[in-house]
Amino acid sequence: MNKRRVVITGLGVVSPNGMNVSDFNAAIQNGTSGVKYIEELNELNFSCQIAGYPVYKKDYLNNYFNQIQLRGLNASGVEYGVIAGLDAWRNAKLSVNDSDTPLWDAGVIFGTGILGVDKFREAIHKVDEGKVRRLGSNTVIQTMASGISAFLGGMLGCGNIVTTNSSACSTGTEAILMAYDRIAAGNADIILTGSTSDSGPYVWGGFDAMRILPYKYNDNPTQASRPMSTTASGFVPGSGAGALVIESLESAQERGADIYAEILGGNVNSGGQRNGGSMTAPNSEAVQQCIKKAIHNAGIQANDIDAINGHLTATTKDSTEIQNWCEALDRKGTDFPYINSLKSMIGHCLAASGSIESVATILQLKENFIFGNINCDDLHPDIAALIARDKIPTKTLDFSPNIIAKASFGFGDVNACVIFKKYR
Amino acid sequence: MNNEELLSKLKTIISPYVQKQEGLNNLSEDTDFIKDLEINSANLVDVVLDVEDEFDIEIDNDSMEKMLTVKASIAVIEEKLAAK
Repeated sequence: MNKRRVVITGLGVVSPNGMNVSDFNAAIQNGTSGVKYIEELNELNFSCQIAGYPVYKKDYLNNYFNQIQLRGLNASGVEYGVIAGLDAWRNAKLSVNDSDTPLWDAGVIFGTGILGVDKFREAIHKVDEGKVRRLGSNTVIQTMASGISAFLGGMLGCGNIVTTNSSACSTGTEAILMAYDRIAAGNADIILTGSTSDSGPYVWGGFDAMRILPYKYNDNPTQASRPMSTTASGFVPGSGAGALVIESLESAQERGADIYAEILGGNVNSGGQRNGGSMTAPNSEAVQQCIKKAIHNAGIQANDIDAINGHLTATTKDSTEIQNWCEALDRKGTDFPYINSLKSMIGHCLAASGSIESVATILQLKENFIFGNINCDDLHPDIAALIARDKIPTKTLDFSPNIIAKASFGFGDVNACVIFKKYR
Repeated sequence: MNNEELLSKLKTIISPYVQKQEGLNNLSEDTDFIKDLEINSANLVDVVLDVEDEFDIEIDNDSMEKMLTVKASIAVIEEKLAAK
């Protein structure tokens, strides 16, 4: 069966270093960190008292939610996802469906790891106090995982698939590929896709307990997230949302939409928690196979890749990831593509990471740059032994990439890799 | 509290949930929350919770089920206030 060409026509982002695409674009080119100290985490005895989270005033929400939706709203992931999602929709010059007929060919695939944690906490307290009747009508819609796709689907009036996927830290990249597949197969014309992740101690606490977060940077938070560096000491937790309007090329051309980039294809797989893979660590063979199959599915060669936006969280696994890219692409040293990690600036936004990082990747294709990795002046020797130093820029490069590979890996030994190309 | 004051307080409480503005402009004792104001039926429980907070009363399930019109709601509120 012939696959349809699929393009990106709208972007939206709620990032720790930028509340919209234009601020985010400037921030990633300037190397602006969004990691901040949080006094509440100190009071709660967290080892890691810093995080990357979006900053805005409450009344900003009036641009996105009506008064009923705002009543009792206490779910940061819903806020981020709706802001990013509606921004992407408007950016694609699509209008909100005011008619009584759903948009049968437009859908929403918007992932999350867990939703409305603060709302759920509120509910737990009320239930434990015997006041279940005081929960009101909005507890369920803010705490069901699919709350985010349900909010967006209803606001826009979408009549195609409206769902939420969940695969830990590969959620965002997986969502994009699910949307791509559905459009390429001809089962939808337009899909608003992306992912969101809640903020706060109840989301980040479990990771703090696992001792995988950096705890020596509470006094200088912007230096804490150090992917690929010798001094990398764990990932900085983050939150936010990224959103993309994905569309068949036909549909985009018919409505004269501006096109950011093309999606050539990709792949998702799992290492089965075998052969070095576990609940928390990836099976390297599976990672390599995921990348190779993504390249195959995209109909390109490994040598066509100009840059990689890695998963690269700033743990000891960064070296393994680079090794996996080297083997999957059969490229090393000066022949290796440019590689960067947005996590150096905003931390690891968990379920939202894949979508926020994909927005950054697409901006690089559209605006002709490779953003610099901050906090990577002391490159890890294991990585220096594999690839040339200048392939890991520490300052933003004026460069016009044609094809960029973006990968995300998640707990449960799950992988996702997508191939983006400059649209011509 | 007289009937007029009650009606005015009730109007403030329900207004965020109203989807048909015309009905709110013509609010009277006969106004039906769902038919005339197009309040989403899921939001009726929120109206009741807001009424509880405003008047510092507790509304049991049986009374709650009656609160579908302005008239019935005022009757329930008056009854609960009198029982305080």
